[in-house]
Amino acid sequence: MKIVVCIKQVPDTEAEVKWDLQKGTLKREAMDSVTNPFDEFALEEALLTKEKYDAEIVAITMGPEKATDVLRNALALGVDSVYHVSDPAMAGSDTLATSYALAKAVEKVGGADVVFCGKQATDGNTGIVASELAARLGFSQLSFVGKVVEIDAANKRIKVERGIEGGNEVVEAKLPAVVSVLKGINEPRLPNLMGIRKATKIPIPAWDADAIGAAKDKIGVEGSAIKVIELTTPPPRGGGEVLKGELAEVSNLLVEKLLDLKVIK
Amino acid sequence: MADYKDVWVYVEHKSGAFSPMSYELMGIGKKLAGDLGGDLCALVIAENTDELAKEAGYYGASKVYAVDGAAFQTFRADAYAKAAASVIDKYKPDVVLYRATTQGADLSSACAAALETGLASDAIGLEIDADKTVKVTRAAFGGNFLVSVANKKTKPQMATVRPKVFPMSERDTSKSAEAVKESVAISEDDLRTKVLQFMQSEVAVNLVEADIIVSGGRGVGKPEGFKILQDLANALGGALGASRAAVDSGWIPQEHQVGQTGKTVKPKIYIACGISGAIQHLAGMRTSDCIVAVNKDADAPIFKIASYGIVGDYNQVVPILIEEFKKRLNK
Repeated sequence: MKIVVCIKQVPDTEAEVKWDLQKGTLKREAMDSVTNPFDEFALEEALLTKEKYDAEIVAITMGPEKATDVLRNALALGVDSVYHVSDPAMAGSDTLATSYALAKAVEKVGGADVVFCGKQATDGNTGIVASELAARLGFSQLSFVGKVVEIDAANKRIKVERGIEGGNEVVEAKLPAVVSVLKGINEPRLPNLMGIRKATKIPIPAWDADAIGAAKDKIGVEGSAIKVIELTTPPPRGGGEVLKGELAEVSNLLVEKLLDLKVIK
Repeated sequence: MADYKDVWVYVEHKSGAFSPMSYELMGIGKKLAGDLGGDLCALVIAENTDELAKEAGYYGASKVYAVDGAAFQTFRADAYAKAAASVIDKYKPDVVLYRATTQGADLSSACAAALETGLASDAIGLEIDADKTVKVTRAAFGGNFLVSVANKKTKPQMATVRPKVFPMSERDTSKSAEAVKESVAISEDDLRTKVLQFMQSEVAVNLVEADIIVSGGRGVGKPEGFKILQDLANALGGALGASRAAVDSGWIPQEHQVGQTGKTVKPKIYIACGISGAIQHLAGMRTSDCIVAVNKDADAPIFKIASYGIVGDYNQVVPILIEEFKKRLNK
């Protein structure tokens, strides 16, 4: 079985956010970065699948030079090969352009039985790319997956549980499939020292737009439909009232104030 | 591009079952349609669309595009997207809105890729710009920034909209919509997915649609602490939430998590117990109408955004709240 896992480098959620106000894009180079927390679950699910069924794992990231860090981490965890999709012309890609480039990269590695993705990235927070990728590749679209029940590569079937509003849905699908996973589907492991040492020595192949056969007018700003037109800070939320007095007294006062909102019936 | 007109709202349902929330975007859809000089239309895909379509008329749609078929018994992205993309491609709406739910996200992204058009997700603001495009405002980076985006390049313009942000339109049973029945031929062989079963959660955790949420964090200290928070939630008819710290400690399952790596919620009342108010948590709840904070630490950042705060131990405060609410609500 062949597994592709798509991972993204995102600004550290604790870090200060730096914007290029002219372009309306992030100054990614100027910020501390980590592997997108949701992608750690995708990576772990790929590793678990490999342990269970015997598979080859290819990790792909798209991003600037320093995005290779997330691929080194993936190598240290035990993925078999990695590719860094990187081209200045890809900067400013929206989900349409990103899913196009990723689809081209998946085709370039020779396709896959399963593509694992995280549910969303903590920077853009769109949660769209995995499903668009599935549609572009013509793969089954399995999103919000909280459990992979079974993969039968020989018969090209996969069975998963999806966490949707009000419960879980059991879905069977044809392979190949793009599976985007929920936080909590597994417990991501940490790389060990030996893995980290080994990973530092492996060269990371870089692919530009030409290498993956991506049309120039379908990537980056030019290939994007959605553009940032305005960046603002929300009006500060007025600090409220700290109720002072004996606990019993303030608790009763709070009940009073909440009932006044006429929401509680 | 000039032949693209009208604002469409996708009506979501669960195997034919719907609630008023299925129609919650009709209000904002009507407003946008008015500003653009077009009509508000509904898109309904189901095994049997009659009831769903009639209801869309009550909520203000002037036209309903309806696709019926056995393949649409239960929502699946591949079947629904084939139907939606084909009808959208034929009638060319200017704008298509979906709810930012699992169903709305799945359908909109599959349609966007099929139609090669842009999709803005999780809108909290929608307005028409001077050039007649839709300006979509979204929260970014834990709600510390608002980013407005627009698609001035491709049509239709599509967006998913965060639940509970826009007011509902009036339901008026004297209104009706013109029905446009479309048939989209789909055989089971064309489809890649099959829904085998739906397993309802034992405790319904529908944080996104809840009007009242009682939530606990690190300060709750132990799994049993969530029992009394659940009791308060029950007394108020609300849902139980949690911070990442509580989830990561194993005190409560992940589906309860509110925040950057959990759910984004916008209840009318959010009661945060033992939650300090890290920006990652605030990202998921800061737009709640009324925020109540109960925390032992008077310096906890949560008090800076709380509408009402009580400095104290939730172990003492919550039982008093439960008792008092029960008394006042005659429960």
